Amino acid sequence: MKKYQFKIINLDCANCANKLERILEKIELIENVSISFITQKLTFECQESDKEKALETIRKKIKKEEPDLKIEEV
Amino acid sequence: MNRKQKKQWIKLILSLFLCLLSFFIKFETKKINNGLLILAYGIVGIDIVLKAIRNLFKGKMLDENFLMTIATLGAFGIGEFPEAVAVMLFYQIGELFQSYAVDKSRKSISDLMEIRPDYANVYRKGKILKVDPDEVKIDEIIFVKPGEKIPLDGRVIEGESMLDTKALTGEAVPRKVTVEDEVLSGCINNTSSLKIKVTKEFGESTVKKILDLVENASSRKSVAENFISKFARIYTPVVVIIALLLMLLPNLILKDAQFSDWFYRALSFLVVSCPCALVISIPLAFFLGIGAASKMGVLIKGSNYLEALAKTEIIACDKTGTLTEGVFKVQKIESSGYSKKEVLKMAALAESFSNHPISHSLKQAYGKKMNKKEVTKTQEIAGQGVLAIVEGQTVLVGNEKLMNKYKINFEKSEEEGTLVYVAKNNEWIGTLVISDKIKDDAYKAIQRFKKNRVKKIVMLTGDREKASAYVAKTLNLDEYHTELLPQEKCEWIEKLITEKTENKKVIFVGDGINDAPVLALADIGISMGGLGSDAAIEASDIVIMTDEPSKIASSIQISKKTMRIVKQNSFFAIAIKIGVLLLSALGLTSMWASVFADVGVSILAILNALRLLDVKKIS
Repeated sequence: MKKYQFKIINLDCANCANKLERILEKIELIENVSISFITQKLTFECQESDKEKALETIRKKIKKEEPDLKIEEV
Repeated sequence: MNRKQKKQWIKLILSLFLCLLSFFIKFETKKINNGLLILAYGIVGIDIVLKAIRNLFKGKMLDENFLMTIATLGAFGIGEFPEAVAVMLFYQIGELFQSYAVDKSRKSISDLMEIRPDYANVYRKGKILKVDPDEVKIDEIIFVKPGEKIPLDGRVIEGESMLDTKALTGEAVPRKVTVEDEVLSGCINNTSSLKIKVTKEFGESTVKKILDLVENASSRKSVAENFISKFARIYTPVVVIIALLLMLLPNLILKDAQFSDWFYRALSFLVVSCPCALVISIPLAFFLGIGAASKMGVLIKGSNYLEALAKTEIIACDKTGTLTEGVFKVQKIESSGYSKKEVLKMAALAESFSNHPISHSLKQAYGKKMNKKEVTKTQEIAGQGVLAIVEGQTVLVGNEKLMNKYKINFEKSEEEGTLVYVAKNNEWIGTLVISDKIKDDAYKAIQRFKKNRVKKIVMLTGDREKASAYVAKTLNLDEYHTELLPQEKCEWIEKLITEKTENKKVIFVGDGINDAPVLALADIGISMGGLGSDAAIEASDIVIMTDEPSKIASSIQISKKTMRIVKQNSFFAIAIKIGVLLLSALGLTSMWASVFADVGVSILAILNALRLLDVKKIS
């Protein structure tokens, strides 16, 4: 398991951040997902080999849920 | 002001202007007035309406934008044109102010994190390159100019300078470093350039560890935060369901019910349906509390520990290194006829070949360079002291037993600590009192613990009874237990945990190196003087970067302040929302109040949380 961190851009609603966190928690490849509204950061853990796949799933879910949000490498 | 905010201002002013126009000028037909209002609504509300439509297609009926749109369009529907525009306008004004408040909080947090070094000057192929600290490898040589942050942990190989450790310890005491000294990342190089050989990669460096700790602290959630997120999850659906019932039921039950009246009341409900005030301000308060503590040199590993700290009832602490300095020093010299200097000189010279901790403290107290040639013979007498020939005279340095053995007449001292008697030519010349000094800060700390309603302060130490009793008495501790092995300390902690009131907490404070199991066992384990020590950071829940126990009292104060703000915000937000909901159900208030209960409360709650940044009042 490796820990990854990304910056979330345009995150301006705290409740949405919480909802999004609950949605991402359901993705099987990743663990310990957290979205911090205050630091605008997405953190999760996954196997190194799964990173790209996980990221793709995350992007898809985010796009569906909050199309204005973007995630960027820190 | 960013671009988004600027755009928003323009829209708001334009829309407000159209509203005023419609209010104050009577046009030929009412249609023009209403048209102006619809235009005003369009200008500020179109974003929200579009988002609402988008969300509707995704089946997200409980989305804030959707509910706001329904509420305002509904108001149009029942002919409340000004109301509809005003609600949208004030909602947007509120959101704008909220975004300022959020920006301000984010800014203050990034200020707290400013210890992160942006670059490192590294020597590569004879040149100095400016690179990301992440790219520097172990054993590379970096160059730090005065005024720059030290980007990575390492050892000085050239230069001498004063470092400012404020960012790490919260204290502006400069520290002198020279060749061979270890330096920590995050310190600021104050006076002159240093060449440093890197000993740890950036990922493992002190500054990165501290930043990670503070950033990730919010993922260990407090009870209050968990409560809020549960509350938020049920709040919106409940409010929406009540709104629906409010719209439908009275029309079915009451004979003279007017649909538009109850519809209006239901719409007011929708405006208050977002739990945002709580969802933002409670985690923010914990985050700022942890940030404020880190500014003072206290690292708190989680919101849960910050929350627990406010409930401290019993503090158990280690003695050596925690309450005392952990260094043996000559505290006092008694003498008969001879000067104190002479007594110290004799003792230091006689002990100059010994490696015993006592002889170290004698040498240190003497301070001057010693001419060891003066000492012609030394003989250690196990468990008693030393016999030496100094400047041709027989000198005895040791305890009572040594004096008795050589039948020397001496004045017995009543001082606490280790007593070292000195005799020259079979005559007692003086006595040195050596003890571990109690930290000056410890007195303040104990007083402040009591002021913060800590019921009991207990000292648990492996040291001997006499020296410990002195410390306990001087500091006015409630209990002390001596000559304990580490596992016996654990037993005491277990006992204290059974003694405490339910819900209250037992803290253990130690040096973090020998006390790992005890730190783990206590409700909150605090290690002290952990600057740069991995073991200490690993083993404890809270790390005090300096060696001041009074920082624990400051942390308790920050914790209490945080919890006060959390309670104020929760109570205030929930009370106002429920109040406004009740009033609008009864038809006693307008949508205006609902807008305030929604965004107004969020802004006030954020501003209240920002009070935590004022750490000056605490220490």
